[in-house]
Amino acid sequence: MKRTVPLCIAALVGFVLILSEFIPFAQSWGRTAMIWFDILAAFAFVLGGANLLKIHLLKISSQRVGWGYSVITVAAFTITMVIGLGKFGVTPSESFPQFTWSGDYLQDGSGFWWMYQYVYLPLASTMFALLAFYIASAAFRAFRAKNTEAIILLVTAFIVLLGRTYAGIWLTADPLAWLGQTLYGDPQALAMFRLDVVVEMIMGVFNMAGNRAIMIGIALGIVALSLKVLLGVDRSYLGSEE
Amino acid sequence: MGDFFTNLDRRWIFLGMGIVVALPMLLGLSFPEEPSDMVRDVFAAVDTLPEGSNILMAYDYDPATKGELEPMAAAFTRHCAKKKHKLYFITLWPAAVPMLRQNIDILESEFGDDYTYGENYVNLGFRPGNEGVIKVVVTDLKELYGNDVNGQDLQKIPMTRNLKNIQQMDLIVNVSAGTPGAKEWVQYAASKYEIKMVAGVTGVGAPALYPYVPAQLTGLLGAIKAAAEYEQTLIDAYPEFAENPATNEALRRMGPQLIAHIYIVALIILGNCIYFTDKRRGAAR
Repeated sequence: MKRTVPLCIAALVGFVLILSEFIPFAQSWGRTAMIWFDILAAFAFVLGGANLLKIHLLKISSQRVGWGYSVITVAAFTITMVIGLGKFGVTPSESFPQFTWSGDYLQDGSGFWWMYQYVYLPLASTMFALLAFYIASAAFRAFRAKNTEAIILLVTAFIVLLGRTYAGIWLTADPLAWLGQTLYGDPQALAMFRLDVVVEMIMGVFNMAGNRAIMIGIALGIVALSLKVLLGVDRSYLGSEE
Repeated sequence: MGDFFTNLDRRWIFLGMGIVVALPMLLGLSFPEEPSDMVRDVFAAVDTLPEGSNILMAYDYDPATKGELEPMAAAFTRHCAKKKHKLYFITLWPAAVPMLRQNIDILESEFGDDYTYGENYVNLGFRPGNEGVIKVVVTDLKELYGNDVNGQDLQKIPMTRNLKNIQQMDLIVNVSAGTPGAKEWVQYAASKYEIKMVAGVTGVGAPALYPYVPAQLTGLLGAIKAAAEYEQTLIDAYPEFAENPATNEALRRMGPQLIAHIYIVALIILGNCIYFTDKRRGAAR
């Protein structure tokens, strides 16, 4: 029963969504199913929060390796939630001045706004910016011309790295214009070899062809997997039997 | 010397990257940009629309990618405002609500005379459900959005009173850092209901979206380079923007990007020189 009911719901909603794509009469059924999904997604935030607390509190209580990080996670989660829900520093909205909590939680100067601007934003930006340092280190240690495939990758990387900046134009535009003028009497004759143009060609031809092939393959895989899920053949999304 | 490079502590590499990024910023180094055909297509999609067209500004990015995507989003916002289009801001990312707010601040501070809330722009904010939200709003917006981000009834807002769904948009402008984002807007809205769409995405996200151009996606801006080209196009078309330093944000960031790219190329070359030297030494032994 615990597994049959979710299986039936998944199959029913899945088939309703498929039918709504092909039968105009069933379009509203599909929309209703999607609204249910959106409501469930809102509840998933609560479930996600509760799950996060459960996992980290268990880790703290059993003092497993790295439990100190769990303390920070729980503290950050609780502080953010309390400040956000409590609307600290929020002034009432103009429409409902008599209600203290009627203002927007992200109002300029509010507690939640302060945490977003001065804690979350710099931390998230820093994490992303660290990529540049690790890419530089990886480029030095791992990007080796060991075989033909690696050499092709290296040459492409050079072209894209230089072509995606002004260096691409600076290095190739004038020399190719001079060469084109000298050889063919037309400065634009060899413009197709400019690094910035070659980058566009790499992205628009080789990359696009490769990505299209991958996408078509993935789409066929999704169709097969979806059918298995809807027919109840693949039940892995329900978790283990226990 | 060879051994020093072979056993080079990665902290030296980190220090080098820090210097090559910091120096151009401190010196204010910037370079001119030549807009590519793709950037021109995106610019034309916004520019050729008649004044007052309905544009859905779907901004799906968070603080992690703010450095890369904010100049792009700001350039789109300024361009649309210059053309006096009606803007509907929306996001599928919970952390992106302040990002919408920042773009609205641009409207209020730079185009305050032409832009009134509810008449020229509206902030619909965030709804949970990822692509599920797109699937609903594309046929019936008010099923999911009863009110705007401030809790105001959409029936009481002039520009949303008669708005039934997203199909009434003349263009979707999406700035996306991942999923849900440009791909979902293409698959569930633009492609299915033939709504014109342009997108701006991160450098790592762009390759996966090229297959949608130009049939399902009119144009695509990839990373800060394309944002800089867009800013250059905007300044070329509307020279008054040149006086506003905020309009040159992506152009300014191309200075550190150029030097950092050259630094990475130099590191790859150096790494390979060490690799081949070590290999030759090994063979000689």
